[in-house]
Amino acid sequence: MASRSYWPIWQLTLSRLKEFIRRPEAVFWVYGFPILMMLSLGIAFRENPTEIIAVDLVAASSLPLPLGEGRGEGAPNSPSTAPLALLTIRDKLAADSRFKITTLPAEWQKRLQSGKTDLVVEVLPTGSEQPYRLWDEPHRAESRIARYAVELMLQRGEGAPLPEVSHLKQAGSRYIDFLLPGMIGMGLMGGGMWGVGFVIVDMRVRKLLKRFLATPMRRSDFLLAVGMSRLVFTLTDIVVLLLFGYFFFGVRCQGSFLDLSGAVVVGGIAFAGVGLLIASRAETIETVSGLMNLVMLPMWILSGVFFSSERFPEAVQPLINLLPLTALNQLLRGIMLEGRTLAALWQQMLILTVYSVLTFAIALRVFRWK
Amino acid sequence: MPHAIVCRQLVKRYPGKPPVDAVRGLDLTVEVGECFGLLGPNGAGKTTTLEIMEGLLDATSGEVEVLGHRWDNGADAIREQIGISLQETRLADKLTVRETVTLFRSFYKTGLDPDVAIGRVSLEEKAGSYVVKLSGGQKQRLAVACALVGDPQLLFLDEPTTGLDPQSRRQLWEVIGGFRKTGRTVMLTTHYMDEAERLCDRVAIVDHGQIIALDSPAKLIAQLGGENIIDFALTDVAPPLSEGDLSRLPDVRSARAEGEKYSLAVTQPHVALPALLGFLQSRGLALAHLTTRHATLEDVFVSLTGRHLEEQTNGKP
Repeated sequence: MASRSYWPIWQLTLSRLKEFIRRPEAVFWVYGFPILMMLSLGIAFRENPTEIIAVDLVAASSLPLPLGEGRGEGAPNSPSTAPLALLTIRDKLAADSRFKITTLPAEWQKRLQSGKTDLVVEVLPTGSEQPYRLWDEPHRAESRIARYAVELMLQRGEGAPLPEVSHLKQAGSRYIDFLLPGMIGMGLMGGGMWGVGFVIVDMRVRKLLKRFLATPMRRSDFLLAVGMSRLVFTLTDIVVLLLFGYFFFGVRCQGSFLDLSGAVVVGGIAFAGVGLLIASRAETIETVSGLMNLVMLPMWILSGVFFSSERFPEAVQPLINLLPLTALNQLLRGIMLEGRTLAALWQQMLILTVYSVLTFAIALRVFRWK
Repeated sequence: MPHAIVCRQLVKRYPGKPPVDAVRGLDLTVEVGECFGLLGPNGAGKTTTLEIMEGLLDATSGEVEVLGHRWDNGADAIREQIGISLQETRLADKLTVRETVTLFRSFYKTGLDPDVAIGRVSLEEKAGSYVVKLSGGQKQRLAVACALVGDPQLLFLDEPTTGLDPQSRRQLWEVIGGFRKTGRTVMLTTHYMDEAERLCDRVAIVDHGQIIALDSPAKLIAQLGGENIIDFALTDVAPPLSEGDLSRLPDVRSARAEGEKYSLAVTQPHVALPALLGFLQSRGLALAHLTTRHATLEDVFVSLTGRHLEEQTNGKP
């Protein structure tokens, strides 16, 4: 069997691949978990066709109102016990089926606070300057939306004509379309951290790195093999995400797949470099886990995986834009959502290239082989 | 023909407060074809010495030559010709024995077919099993197979049988014996004196980073003056005996007292024993325990250091 091939890069890569696929739990966390996450988020934030606006109707305490009845749901309030103004408002709102009206509930302030209702309309005694007062909860978007809807409804017929509204309906504008590129970016970051950083430190802790070094194995072969196995896992991961997104949610890539592949490769290399850097000196699993969290946690929040990073204050935007995951997510969204090209997104490409060069240069210089 | 290994004035100092001198001026020469053992308690500096020879650690000062090459300019040539088993290497759990040996084979320009290497350590039946399913002894033999697959001229084994059951130890000894039949060199460390006596042509007894004795096991034992040992203990009411009185008995070459236990090195037990019994009777002392046995390297270590090999568990690598 002298002709048998013992190409070390191939053998090292093959070993990594086998070790991975023989661990079902690892396969689940890498491939299954992102899909479950995308599925649950995609469903939770899908377009809501039957929008419901919960509104409570209450009477100001000074209004003469018989107690002991008329509490709870709207039905038991007979017209005779509720003030006429309240009934008028209720009928006005009832014309729009989106409103779910609760008349004279107990403890409406608590209901508003806990989100059981979005808005409270307090009917004021006759002779007040205004017929009613609105209570909203300004920190909740639903509450603000409810306020505008109620205002609009109650002013109808008082002279203001309603504007005509058309709805923009196309793939690419939904939350799932926003989320999928973010999940790809997050997967590339996690792949670099776990698949390069953690794996190398684990080998160092197990003294396997030391054992390899006692052989004529070339260090470059070892690093290339880690990188190649990473590439295989990552590409599989991304193809799985894209296929799932396409068949389950109809997510499409507006740009070219060539550009998308380019972005993936550049992002993958940048995060492999970051992974190699954090693994270069760490000698315990605890150290590398801490470093991985230090890298990943801020970027999960800041770099626009689940929500746009533009929500953070203007002052910190330049810093956020310099994070590798921000650049990668902008790159992926630019290609997938807006159909832009890599050339048009040269700034993000530059940021990722700089990360790749710097991290590899530093990591290879300080790497602890012995 | 060059020597297999030459060390001259090897020193390894680990920085710290205070710095730890793991190896302090060690000289030794290992000839091609010999099995050489570093014997000593844990923390004596055996592993540090071995890892310097293996090129895994840099010496603070001193020189090392392996198979005629030096690590600073002949590292690749050395690595192609040596095989190593470290004290603790956790190979990948989910690779099979054959896959693991094949991986190691790929690192060498020339070497054995992986199945041949697996056969050398008698793991044929486990060739398709995952590493995680192997017993401790099988894992250790796999580690040796990974060391053998590059067809090395020189095999380094760091505590190859520590923690193994007697049967696994004997199996491993057979593997090492088989390798030696091809006229190649073995360098091993151990803190088992029976292992050193059985396997090694020459043994260096290492303590506190220095060689305190170096010779063949038989000659080291002969240095005690007697090849047999009489161990005895008196009933606990007896007053202590002096080493001087005991060593003046006929045929007794040396005597050691350790609490209530006494050890006499003798050449002819049939002469020394009656003399000892008569001596005790004349003083009216009663024996609690008496055995005779062949002297071992353990006795050599005790006579050189006043300590036992396996009691020493504290210390630095």
